[in-house]
Amino acid sequence: MLSFYTLFYKETLRVQKVAFQTLLAPILTALLYLLIFSHVLEQHVEVYPGVRYTAFLIPGLVMMSVLQNAFANSSSSLIQSKITGNLVFVLLAPIAYWEFFAAYVLASVVRGLAVGLGVYLAALWFAQPPLQFPLWIVLFAVLGSALLGSLGVVAGIWAEKFDQLAGFQNFIIMPLTFLSGVFYSIHSLPAFWQDLSRFNPFFYMIDGFRYGFFGTSDISPWFSLAVVGGCLLVMTAFTLAMLRSGYKLRG
Amino acid sequence: MFPAVDARQVHKHYGSLHALDGVDLRIEQGEFFGLLGPNGAGKTTLINLLAGLALPDGGQISVLGYDVVKQYRDSRRQLGVVPQELVFDPFFTVRETLRLQSGYFGLRRNDAWIDEVMHHLDLTDKADTNMRRLSGGMKRRVLVAQALVHKPPVIVLDEPTAGVDVELRQTMWRFIQQLNRDGQTVLLTTHYLEEAEALCGRIAMLKRGQVVALDSTKNLLSSIAGCRVRLKLADALPTALLAQVIEQTGTNYLLALSSFQALESVLEELRLAGVMVQEMALLQPDLEDVFLRVMGRPC
Repeated sequence: MLSFYTLFYKETLRVQKVAFQTLLAPILTALLYLLIFSHVLEQHVEVYPGVRYTAFLIPGLVMMSVLQNAFANSSSSLIQSKITGNLVFVLLAPIAYWEFFAAYVLASVVRGLAVGLGVYLAALWFAQPPLQFPLWIVLFAVLGSALLGSLGVVAGIWAEKFDQLAGFQNFIIMPLTFLSGVFYSIHSLPAFWQDLSRFNPFFYMIDGFRYGFFGTSDISPWFSLAVVGGCLLVMTAFTLAMLRSGYKLRG
Repeated sequence: MFPAVDARQVHKHYGSLHALDGVDLRIEQGEFFGLLGPNGAGKTTLINLLAGLALPDGGQISVLGYDVVKQYRDSRRQLGVVPQELVFDPFFTVRETLRLQSGYFGLRRNDAWIDEVMHHLDLTDKADTNMRRLSGGMKRRVLVAQALVHKPPVIVLDEPTAGVDVELRQTMWRFIQQLNRDGQTVLLTTHYLEEAEALCGRIAMLKRGQVVALDSTKNLLSSIAGCRVRLKLADALPTALLAQVIEQTGTNYLLALSSFQALESVLEELRLAGVMVQEMALLQPDLEDVFLRVMGRPC
């Protein structure tokens, strides 16, 4: 158990040592989105009746930051360790594959939640969305960041160079988060795009997370919870199987 | 008593390359064992299999009785491996690096031993320095310290002195020899054959993934009969002695002798030819001779 805790502690210590890059920069980026989109759309868009667009946008931006940073944490740490070669210190140690998984994913959850909390607190200066069901908020934030942390482990192990990881991030993670309803409700989309959005697991994470704030959502939060929980289970099983086989780690 | 390392019919392929071809090797507890071979012979592959950094295609390897695949956590606890590559984590200081490594091996509050290891490797002054700021030699010392931080009963050193200055070599070997005297087993691979000759009680030589020699250092050295003489002459060597020439630069010669007594006949030939000897040195066979002879034989 101490092996797991040490690896988890190492990952969180790394985040603290480069906090400008890992915590402050993503908070600033999210605030810039908020500033620009709320300035342009505040007077023109009302997604939920009686809810200002800026207030509607805040939960989406918070969750987007949570998800992107959870993915970035495990994936960038692993690829850096692989390319510089220092992953060998972890591979030489008596750390079970499930401890390895748990440490990287939990560290991703911690960074995702820390960035999300930072974005939320800073965004309160612009608008104060209600907190109808805080437990739903925490539940979706934890499950979503764990899912992206796990995906980050897979991407970090699969990628052999930074270019491949950037491709994964820019061509898969980024489009799926931007097209998940962060900036809009899917009910405002044409029928075809609404149907397509339902195949995007990020949509359920954002929608369920937003339900915790407003008590209203595009679809039932229970259904979103089932989809996110199911994706997390499948992703966990896949990642554990990959780690157990030693794929790209133990030649 | 289980052997420190027991490899039986170990095979490893990388694509079409048969990196290890049925290696059998048994290293007893407390030995200082040398693993020698040219580049690509399979030394690092064998160490990687031992440490769990790669998985064997066939055969079995165990460390102190623990199978490196089925009981990987137990086997890794017995091993301290100094990797060949100069790798480090740029986020942490020396002390943080060593504390983290202790934690990976399940050790809490290990600072007393960490301080002792740093002292023996002359790292105490650098304890709070970030790894990025250390010189290559200092980084190498930290690699050694990381391998020793959990007091492993079996220490594996993969080319630990490559590109390292004399001072560090001496510091490191003093400490490793002390650990060996205290009962820890040492497995060393090195390209510095004089190091292996001075330190190792037994030596295995690998060639193209096979063990081609395995014996005590003493027996390997005595397997080479005869000795050599280095001569600096005033004139050219008499033709009667040309058959014994190993090396020649101008009138400097290295001659092979079947025994010490054969030196007398060489000097006799030189006297008869009227060639004056300006300098002379008698050379004993060393591990390099053994190595070259073993590697020159077909597998």
